[in-house]
Amino acid sequence: MKPFREHRGKVVPLDRINVDTDQIIPKQFLKRIERTGFGQFLFYDWRFAADGKKNSGFVLDEPRYEGMSILVAGKNFGCGSSREHAVWALADFGFRAVVSSSFADIFANNSTKNGFLTVRLSESEVAELMRRSRETKDYQLTIDLEQCEVYDDQGFRAKFPVDEFVRHCLLNGLDDIGLTLQHEAEITAYESLHPAPAALQSPPQP
Amino acid sequence: MPTKQTLFEKIWDAHLVAQPSGRSPIIYIDLHLVHEVTSPQAFDGLRVAGRKVRQPSRTVATVDHNIPTEPRGTPITDLIAAKQIAALQANCKGFGVRLFDMDSPDQGIVHVIGPELGLTQPGMTIVCGDSHTSTHGALGALAFGIGTSEVEHVLATQCLAQQTPKTMKIEVRGRLAEGVTAKDLALGIIGQIGTDGATGHVIEYAGEAVRGLSMEGRMTLCNMSIEAGARAGMVAPDEKTFAYVKGKRFAPRDDEWRKAVEYWRGLPTDEGARFDKVVEMDAAQLCPFVTWGTNPGMVAPVTGRIPEVGSLKESERRATELALQYMGLEPGKRIEDIGIDRVFIGSCTNSRIEDLRAAAQVAKGYHVSSKVRAMVVPGSQAIKRAAEREGLARIFLDAGFEWRESGCSMCLGMNPDILQPGERCASTSNRNFEGRQGRGGRTHLVSPMMAAAAAIAGHFTDIRNWKFQ
Repeated sequence: MKPFREHRGKVVPLDRINVDTDQIIPKQFLKRIERTGFGQFLFYDWRFAADGKKNSGFVLDEPRYEGMSILVAGKNFGCGSSREHAVWALADFGFRAVVSSSFADIFANNSTKNGFLTVRLSESEVAELMRRSRETKDYQLTIDLEQCEVYDDQGFRAKFPVDEFVRHCLLNGLDDIGLTLQHEAEITAYESLHPAPAALQSPPQP
Repeated sequence: MPTKQTLFEKIWDAHLVAQPSGRSPIIYIDLHLVHEVTSPQAFDGLRVAGRKVRQPSRTVATVDHNIPTEPRGTPITDLIAAKQIAALQANCKGFGVRLFDMDSPDQGIVHVIGPELGLTQPGMTIVCGDSHTSTHGALGALAFGIGTSEVEHVLATQCLAQQTPKTMKIEVRGRLAEGVTAKDLALGIIGQIGTDGATGHVIEYAGEAVRGLSMEGRMTLCNMSIEAGARAGMVAPDEKTFAYVKGKRFAPRDDEWRKAVEYWRGLPTDEGARFDKVVEMDAAQLCPFVTWGTNPGMVAPVTGRIPEVGSLKESERRATELALQYMGLEPGKRIEDIGIDRVFIGSCTNSRIEDLRAAAQVAKGYHVSSKVRAMVVPGSQAIKRAAEREGLARIFLDAGFEWRESGCSMCLGMNPDILQPGERCASTSNRNFEGRQGRGGRTHLVSPMMAAAAAIAGHFTDIRNWKFQ
């Protein structure tokens, strides 16, 4: 996994609450069996008309936000389906982080497995970042995971909470399957006390 | 460890494999359910790292999300979907995983066949790469949805590193009135606490109204926990649970059964155990509900109206305006005046035999409105066979409903069953998000009885006034 230590990038405001994963990546794009190439389908129904032509006016397509890498959005971001494709699409599009006042659990979990950061700030801080990113040309934000801090050049500075273990994995780009397998002895001990039910052990039918 | 524990805490503690300092606890997963959409990248990850499936016997797969509901044997015309199904078949074969494939008599929606086959049992930890895994909590299991990276993690280790969730009790006093179903209870709860009301929490549903639900009803209720943002939803196991599990294909037998039941009897939350959050509700305040917006919390009584936006705070007002614009509805409109084009009875929320019985009872002796196209998609092949045996399929067909093969179908429209732009659908599924059932499609979530009644009337109508034939 790609480590996340510090990132400075252009901010784009998506002023909506409850952005669900069906919007982030609609279902028709979930049939691919690869992890890559989902960025082109990000927010597809909002960005493109039914005939595949670009809708005018969707914020991600405004020229002033070109090169954006930090999304600021309303509360409960990433709710709904567990599809990790949502994180893959955001990352593949070029985002490194989403800032919101709250995130759905599975989306937040999926993010951490992909070196993608969910930054939780207060509602008023999120509103302030939306305002600044709308009003300031090329508005940039720095996210410092070592210090758990977000700041800009105009005096905005805020701390964000992050689970210590999640932070450790993100900072070092650790593969958590490898970390769990460090507990092989404990897993084996657990399994010897709790064997799979007999009915399941019969071999799968041909 | 506190002496008085909740159902969740008992299951969590029993599955702790390791608690490394400064890290998330590692818990053991008893049952891993797998389907075609969220697993191919996980199996690929195993191959790249040279890893095996650690416990193939605890891993069970089926195809449900993208498969057509045309008669089995009809060629799959969507080549990308066919490729995804072929990938699951190859992965199951290569890694030795049991697969209930397209042509299996046991195929069905993953959250329907788990309980149906007795794979789901009280006290288990169950995961699946699907957010509606919470369904299995109805049997007193801890069951939750995970993403593809975690699917790979469980395949490789049979464990998950998870932060300990918080606990929430939702206690529903009194009994549900006639015509008010588990679906209405779920919608009523989400309407009250909001789509993020339970974020970070595992819900335990309790109280007379919950105890009074059938096992199928409890599955419907737990299924929609995720729509309130919950990590999982659970109902304590009781005699009803044991009677449901007993004799099922993968259920314990003889001595094992007796031992299991003895253990299960100790699982319910201890009197006086503490929850992080408690919500109390009165069943008498519930009625048949209809969602009017683009998330499951945007809900109104069937006798009610689309709300006015004036009193809402800024961000909510904007969200409501966008939702109404998408739905093609105006504030103040009566719910019963909303006409519909399509009806979908199915999904892991409401496609079980009891749901089909309830819908058929409404449809019996009537015909679907000439303006409406209605389909019934049973949750599994076993349910389809049972409904055909009981004569339910005949009732639906005579009434002008389509009777299809089992799968997720129009709940998420990954297969050809989708709404056309602007079409309005009464659906027994779980999500009314923009475009969920097809781009531009407008979804209203309701119970199976309400959906059947809407199909016949051509608009929403209060099931409590229905003249059953």
